[in-house]
Amino acid sequence: MTKMHIKLTVNGEPKEVLAEPRELLIHTLREQLNITGPHIGCETSHCGACTVEMNGKSVKSCTVFAAQANGAEITTIEGLGTPDALHVLQRAFREHHGLQCGFCTPGMITRAHRLLQENPNPTEEEVRFGISGNLCRCTGYQNIVKSILAAAAEMNAMKEAAE
Amino acid sequence: MIPAAFEYHRPADVQAAIRVLQDHGDEARVLAGGHSLIPMMKLRMAELGHLVDLQDIAELKGISVEGATVSIGAMTTQQELIAHEELARVAPILREAALQIADPQVRYMGTVGGNVANGDPGNDMPGLMQCLGATYTLVGPGGTREVAARDFYEAAYMTDREDEEILTRITFTAPTGGYAYEKQKRKIGDYATAAAAVLIAAEGGKVTRASIAMTNLSDVPVHSGAAAEALIGTNCDEEATTAAIAAMLDDIEPTEDNRGPVEFKRHVAGVILARAIQRAWSRA
Ligand SMILES: Cc1cc2nc3c(=O)[nH]c(=O)nc-3n(C[C@H](O)[C@H](O)[C@H](O)COP(=O)(O)OP(=O)(O)OC[C@H]3O[C@@H](n4cnc5c(N)ncnc54)[C@H](O)[C@@H]3O)c2cc1C
Ligand code: FES
Ligand code: FES
Repeated sequence: MTKMHIKLTVNGEPKEVLAEPRELLIHTLREQLNITGPHIGCETSHCGACTVEMNGKSVKSCTVFAAQANGAEITTIEGLGTPDALHVLQRAFREHHGLQCGFCTPGMITRAHRLLQENPNPTEEEVRFGISGNLCRCTGYQNIVKSILAAAAEMNAMKEAAE
Repeated sequence: MIPAAFEYHRPADVQAAIRVLQDHGDEARVLAGGHSLIPMMKLRMAELGHLVDLQDIAELKGISVEGATVSIGAMTTQQELIAHEELARVAPILREAALQIADPQVRYMGTVGGNVANGDPGNDMPGLMQCLGATYTLVGPGGTREVAARDFYEAAYMTDREDEEILTRITFTAPTGGYAYEKQKRKIGDYATAAAAVLIAAEGGKVTRASIAMTNLSDVPVHSGAAAEALIGTNCDEEATTAAIAAMLDDIEPTEDNRGPVEFKRHVAGVILARAIQRAWSRA
């Protein structure tokens, strides 16, 4: 099958790859672009480990063809913070023990980031419902929810201080 | 979990999409949000030579509310449907149902058109559209036609849609009175063990109009006229609800699967319908 030229903007940088139409976005990111933050957990659209942001939506990149993403803006965990300058959410997860093995964490934080864009002041229930597409085998979710609520409070305080 | 190879098309309008479908016959399929089709392709339960991505077709997008007439473009995502305030005001049952479909990520991609066209008995929107008495607009090489949701479903994955037709819009009259979409599922992200869509209009403490449809309890959604009839003229007390459940149970044909044996499903169907009637009545 002939390959397609696929153009993406990933974490603000323009990228171009050659891919068969059947190539899934998660493989383009991990194998062609070496962006390995998004993980492959289930490959069956259930676990959310592969979550990235595409044109302002949280999507499971194991269930999107790279061809569908042609022209799209993609944000992965790598685009949110760096080891030297962690994102507020990343810091909150570290402080509140929002992770154990860390496998689910990139998807969890990328999803939480979008959730807080749409609902900057969520209740605990709204956080739980908002991350219901992301599974965690370790934490029992308590500390993940705590981390997201703490990050929301901090982001709101930062916004107020700036105003 | 890599699907078989295919050729990818991304036409800019409906006519161009139909031409690709005509050129390739049953080798070609349209791709909406992909959240039913891609999992099937990964399992190699669907192998297709050509996918026609509808994402660039502007005329398939958007929700319009004009008076009591609601029209939803096929490529409207579940997330867009949930976020639409005017729609939630005139037909709140849609938001209530859509919030019970899958999980947030799936709802950002999954479309209303894909949900109703797919033909999977587990999909929630077909039963809801039957309950609302919605009409589907289909466009094919021969022109445009309208089909009632209540006449559209023939068997699992078999619908009245021809291979070369595209479902473009869903239209219905905004319901008045009470509503409820009640669903039993094992976890978020699971399809229904049983689900019920109920609309009830009342006057002077008695039901004047009702509509009831059930999901995932037969190989097609079940609009039960007899169950709705059992509520007319009543105040939805226990006797009326029991009669409606009995009528509904006559209309469904659940089969055993990993969600449970037939007896269990019939039991859950009754419980779910009772709850849906109660909630719709309390809002009527
Ligand atoms: C984890 C998970 C959980 C889910 N849980 C639920 C659930 O609880 N309830 C539920 O209802 N659904 C559920 N779904 C399915 C989801 O809602 C799908 O998005 C939906 O069924 C199909 O919509 P789509 O836009 O993704 O269509 P696609 O997958 O792109 O298409 C599905 C089928 O419909 C055809 N089609 C699509 N659009 C059109 C059109 N405009 N005209 C003609 N044919 C068309 C396609 O050719 C294909 O055969 C779940 C999916 C996942 C991955
Ligand atoms: S790997 Fe994509 S949802 Fe699990
Ligand atoms: S921290 Fe291990 S899966 Fe979530």
